[in-house]
Amino acid sequence: MTFIAAILLLLGACFLLVAAIGIVRLRDPLQRMHSATKAGTLGSSLMLCGVLCSKVDGSMTSVLVMLFMLLTLPFGAQLLGRAAYVSGTAIEGLDDDAIAGELDRAHAAPEETP
Amino acid sequence: MTDLHVIGDILAGILSIALGLAAWRMVRGPSFADRFIALDMLTAIAVGFATLATVETGRSAFLDVALGITLINFVATAAFAVFLERKRGQD
Repeated sequence: MTFIAAILLLLGACFLLVAAIGIVRLRDPLQRMHSATKAGTLGSSLMLCGVLCSKVDGSMTSVLVMLFMLLTLPFGAQLLGRAAYVSGTAIEGLDDDAIAGELDRAHAAPEETP
Repeated sequence: MTDLHVIGDILAGILSIALGLAAWRMVRGPSFADRFIALDMLTAIAVGFATLATVETGRSAFLDVALGITLINFVATAAFAVFLERKRGQD
């Protein structure tokens, strides 16, 4: 483990911690998803960059994981955000719903299973 | 060499705190969307743990584990999103 690798790993872990704090502290599911996808992806990618800078062979797999993550996480976030909006989650801190009427939206969140 | 192991322990501690927070949201989360988001976050932290294990042990096989976790994450997120939309259609 070189010095740069240690710095990158520490930075990535701190970004993951910030993302987890955001998941706990933010108010509605869409804001939480914002925290989880952006900061979480950045944290994981920084940790993989740390593997690239360390003396471990396997840099190709590391680049592949990073590329795959950067390619697929926006799709997953978009699908999950659309599903959360359609299922009628609470949206806090917005005065009006800019896309009201575009999708038919449930009025209340679906019932919980105990 | 002891310094590097200390750094690894610190990183594992930070990631464990993040894991605990995400797990708290998964248990607590008021709606299903919160739980799926927490699952997303848990897989991101699992990739972090896999990279940490790669650097600590020097075996690149843990990167393949990270690749598998990323693949499963994408498929699971898409499947759960479809499940959430379909559940709304049944109500």
